[in-house]
Amino acid sequence: MNAGIVSYGAYVPRYRITPAEIGRVWGIDGDSMGQGLNVIRKSVPAPDEDTITISTEALRVALVRGAIDPQQIGAVYVGSESHPYAVKPTATVVAQAVGATPNLTAADFEFACKAGTAAIQTCLGLVGAGMIQYGVAIGTDTSQGAPGDALEYSASAGGAAFVIGREHVICRVNRTLSYTTDTPDFWRREGQKYPSHGGRFTGEPAYFRHVSECGRQMMEAVGSKPGDYRHVVFHQPNGKFPQRVGKQLGFTDAQMRYGLVTPYIGNTYSGAALIGLANVLDHAGPGERILVVGYGSGAGSDAFDLETTEEVSHYDRSFGRPVQEFLDRGTELSYAVYAKFRGKIHMGGS
Amino acid sequence: MRDVAVIGVGQTKFGELWDRSFREIGIEAGLQALVDAKLSSGDLGGLFLGNMASGTLLDQEHIAPLILDYAGLAGRRLPAVRVEGGGASGSLALHQAWLAVASGYYDFVVVGGAEKLTDVPDATAAQITSSAADHEWEVVFGATLPALWALIARRHMHQYGTTREELARVAVHAHEMGSKNPNAHFRNKLSLEQVLNAGPVAEPLGVFDCAPLSDGAAAVVLGPMDLARQHTDTPIQITASQVACDTMALQHREDLTTLDSTVSAARRAFAQAHRDPRDVQVAEIHDAYTISALVALEDLGFVKKGHAGREFASGRFAPGGAVTVNPSGGLKAQGRPFGAVGVAQVVEIVRQLRGEAKERQVPEAMVGLAHDVGGTGATSVVTLLERVN
Amino acid sequence: MSIARFWRETPRRYNLGGSKCTGCGTVYFPPRLVCPKCASHRQSIEKMVPFQLSGDGEVISFTVVHDPAEGFEMQVPYVLALVQTPEGPVLTGQVVDVEPKDVAIGLKVRATFRKLREEGKAGVIHYGYKFAPREESGVAPAPQGPPDPVPASEARAQDRAAA
Repeated sequence: MNAGIVSYGAYVPRYRITPAEIGRVWGIDGDSMGQGLNVIRKSVPAPDEDTITISTEALRVALVRGAIDPQQIGAVYVGSESHPYAVKPTATVVAQAVGATPNLTAADFEFACKAGTAAIQTCLGLVGAGMIQYGVAIGTDTSQGAPGDALEYSASAGGAAFVIGREHVICRVNRTLSYTTDTPDFWRREGQKYPSHGGRFTGEPAYFRHVSECGRQMMEAVGSKPGDYRHVVFHQPNGKFPQRVGKQLGFTDAQMRYGLVTPYIGNTYSGAALIGLANVLDHAGPGERILVVGYGSGAGSDAFDLETTEEVSHYDRSFGRPVQEFLDRGTELSYAVYAKFRGKIHMGGS
Repeated sequence: MRDVAVIGVGQTKFGELWDRSFREIGIEAGLQALVDAKLSSGDLGGLFLGNMASGTLLDQEHIAPLILDYAGLAGRRLPAVRVEGGGASGSLALHQAWLAVASGYYDFVVVGGAEKLTDVPDATAAQITSSAADHEWEVVFGATLPALWALIARRHMHQYGTTREELARVAVHAHEMGSKNPNAHFRNKLSLEQVLNAGPVAEPLGVFDCAPLSDGAAAVVLGPMDLARQHTDTPIQITASQVACDTMALQHREDLTTLDSTVSAARRAFAQAHRDPRDVQVAEIHDAYTISALVALEDLGFVKKGHAGREFASGRFAPGGAVTVNPSGGLKAQGRPFGAVGVAQVVEIVRQLRGEAKERQVPEAMVGLAHDVGGTGATSVVTLLERVN
Repeated sequence: MSIARFWRETPRRYNLGGSKCTGCGTVYFPPRLVCPKCASHRQSIEKMVPFQLSGDGEVISFTVVHDPAEGFEMQVPYVLALVQTPEGPVLTGQVVDVEPKDVAIGLKVRATFRKLREEGKAGVIHYGYKFAPREESGVAPAPQGPPDPVPASEARAQDRAAA
């Protein structure tokens, strides 16, 4: 495939909350909940942040790092399940805010947590076909779990932007393939504030079947085995699922070391696998092979067989923050302030 | 141009006037001034009305004829004009009226200033009055009037070492003065500790660093000096009336600690009246925020730049000092009905120069100054008044 | 605020698009049609060209707002600052991702993209620039250090094994 990743950037809001603090409010042992999920803390967006602002911050970093002229961007696709508008694109605001308008195509993607990887695939097609010079794929969410729901312990905010191009590719895409079925494990109906889910049904028939099938088929397709990959990144709705599916497929913790970020920032949904990939790229030298398997409820998986190129050694990451900083640092909130920031407090009036 | 005098003054109480409408207070002040001027309505040439925001506060524009009508003067078919310049609307109206009389076109005119801020919730009133700042490039980004003045205060403290206590002393002084003014919104005294310990509004400014949102109206009658003595034994001459404007937004100022509009208006006014700041015994200056008063004293030329905090604390601007500042209580204690403020300042100066200020009388006051500011200084108006013997 | 009134300013509010006088070189934000600095204002008419600010700046004054402007209630107390840009203009804007106590005159900041306000629950959302500390990028250390998934020594061993 002649198209690949030429630049990337990630952004995670500053605020954090711990499972212990959430559990304190609901009378639940949040620590053990957090341990069960392998989530130490999750990120929380400020009241003035949303999918549009997070996507814009991530993309601005990517454009500066790659020295990319925004006017050469031919497509902006933003994958999210928390677009600020039900009708009116996130992508147009982002495109305008980075100076990419007006000569480009733009659209919002939604496929639960894999809308961002779907956007990458679309960009690979457009760029690979020579229809556009650069395509931008962003996965961002500011997801919410219903108060007290198990999801509340992990649903968080963050995103990553990837610029797909043909020249100065820092990470080649050897192959991408998908595995898609109709599996109603998690959804949010139109007009509902919080998502619903099928409880344990989200596990075996949903996440695990799709991720492992997709990963296995990818390795079959390219004739690789787990040991061929320096890094592996799975979708990570919590810290436990990716560890378990990794083990099932024959990967070690060491291969997941950089790709597993959910324990420190929570599940950023469409951003989750992509922030994991951004962290891998933050640490990668040339010639490192990476397997990425995303997952979106509903359900489907997108797999990518990637390999960093010589270009990565010249890639200037000095602008913007490395993902590690987002994992290490943050300002903890009480549940009360978290509830205010997330609009969970009924304010009265109209 | 002919000499112009103030021959009548009137003012309502300032404060929360729940049972009184905008038109009632406007008329009360105007009629008081007409009676004070011993002027029959037949002698009246027109009305100039200073008002900042009746449209957004009261859903009522076109208020100059409205006030004229309810003053019983609609039948006279007089001209009535509203003048708007943010918080300086009242003194801008005075300036227009002064021009009209000085030019010889009109003989006697009424200048009114009125604002009714309590007919909307406080937050709404604050938002509406913040439109005296640049909405598109300040307010949209979270600025309020106190926040913008706090930016000036912080910079003044940074550049000149002005202290939080020095700011607070302005409020203490204002309430001390206001306690002697029956028309004042606040007549309670404040201790330094009370000001310092009050809750923050926009740091470093606290609740007591900020003038209140008040209702109120004031009016003066102007006439040519040569006819003034037919109406009063103590005509007070307007020896200078100067308006100067500056950039709308604070962010475009060369020096954040100086209101160049005030500097220019004051220079021109002192030149026009052949006076200098040392000639002034009594001044009503813009103290919407404690920092406003300190900056004003510097920009008007009463003290060197950066010295106002120390000089104010030394008592130089208190009764018995070189100049008595804001004997009415100022905007801080007398109250801040935006469009009425500039006219009320002149009412107070006239009463001082006439020797009618009772408890708060500044002895032997002969030359007085009024200083009014819109927003953060996009408009400043300086008026000099003198008792003519 | 009407939709059009905000929308027509998006090049400025989103991207810090200012203007520059080709006569004297002075940069303005927001853009101006006439240069106030040029000796003859008329000569600058139609000589103002678009100019992009970098988004860098330094706090020259600030306040912590407790009594908010409409639409900023959820962010109280918030920091409002005057930011001196290296290009010349001073901008008024919020400083976010910082504790108010950590703001001082001289703080280096960079423009960031945030929501400015929402027209109620059903209306349009307005976006624009705010500022965040440049060096720190506003992120204070977490109260407890982040537990590494694997101890550093073990990670190095794993790295070698993986390689």
